[in-house]
Amino acid sequence: MGAQLRVYRQKIRSAQTTKKITRAMELISASRIQKAQARMAASAPYARAVTRAVSAVATYSNVDHVLTTERENPRRAAVVVFTSDRGLAGAFSSQVIREANELRTRLEGEGKEVVNYLVGRKAVQYYAFRRRVAAKEWMGGTDQPTFETAKDIADTLVDAFIAGGESESGVDEIHIVYNRFVNLVSQTPEIVRVLPLEVVDGVDEPGANDVLPLYEFEPEVDAVLDALLPVYIESRIFNAMLQSAASEHAARQKAMKSATDNADKLIREYTRLANNARQAEITQQISEIVGGADALVSAK
Amino acid sequence: MAELSVSVVSADREVWSGAAKQIVARTTEGEIGILPGHEPILGILSAGEVRITPVSGAPMVARAEDGFLSVENDTVTIVAGQAELVS
Repeated sequence: MGAQLRVYRQKIRSAQTTKKITRAMELISASRIQKAQARMAASAPYARAVTRAVSAVATYSNVDHVLTTERENPRRAAVVVFTSDRGLAGAFSSQVIREANELRTRLEGEGKEVVNYLVGRKAVQYYAFRRRVAAKEWMGGTDQPTFETAKDIADTLVDAFIAGGESESGVDEIHIVYNRFVNLVSQTPEIVRVLPLEVVDGVDEPGANDVLPLYEFEPEVDAVLDALLPVYIESRIFNAMLQSAASEHAARQKAMKSATDNADKLIREYTRLANNARQAEITQQISEIVGGADALVSAK
Repeated sequence: MAELSVSVVSADREVWSGAAKQIVARTTEGEIGILPGHEPILGILSAGEVRITPVSGAPMVARAEDGFLSVENDTVTIVAGQAELVS
């Protein structure tokens, strides 16, 4: 077998193997999207209830609570970046990181120091490679986020926020950057400022005629806010994680589908080339035989 | 008689929803009983049990950790990071 032909066959085989892997990953992601979407839907009542309660407290009480008032001269801002643990998901992680970089530039332009909190191995690797310091990192389980992780992240953030920018590890603002799951084809990176509170960011805004009742608070407003706001942050974080997970699967499915299509194209092209090479080899052999026979005949 | 429409939600799912006659919960201030027509209230639950008396069927107990409870217009929402029905 000719050298050329062997090279082509090798390439075809390698493309076929790659195709098998990408096809399998595509199918896995496709099945996991369903589950991720179901989890998003299942957590919606909780997010709605928490958001509603928080907006009720914030609108009907004129309290100056630490968590709702913007601080004068904010000095440090926390940025939480939600990426995936694994790659092979198209622009999923890189578009969030890009957005985070823009946010960082903007915040630094406003004279704030940025404190990074990273979720997902991809973000950790990106920052480690560039020797940027992260205050805390969470790795593992980004494709199936648990509420415990969300709670851990939220606790860390609320603690840092309460400590305040004056202290060593505290912050004055908290921003989160994550991929919002729009639908199966589109996931957009989004920046949300969670603290100080911008109540009700489009999740389920009470309509104009849907007036919130005048609540009685038990024990009293301050204590209710104290207890409610960490819960609100938890729910925002958890929601961001679920959205990010669903987006990750959708992005991976799309990326793997185009990889599979690409492998198909490669296989087709190399098959053509291999056929060409084989035919050329045969033609050459025939002409060699004919030439040899001719030489024998004329030698007689 | 009017009845309460109740939903118990935890972070990852809706644990229970339905109509109820009465709810007894323990807030940080003490026990609170809610009947239809209760004024709007927002209370913080201390770790403990919420007893629900549904319109039909036997009373139920739900455990709600670090949650809160809101009542408005005979709609009761019991919200907790982790909640489950005990019986």
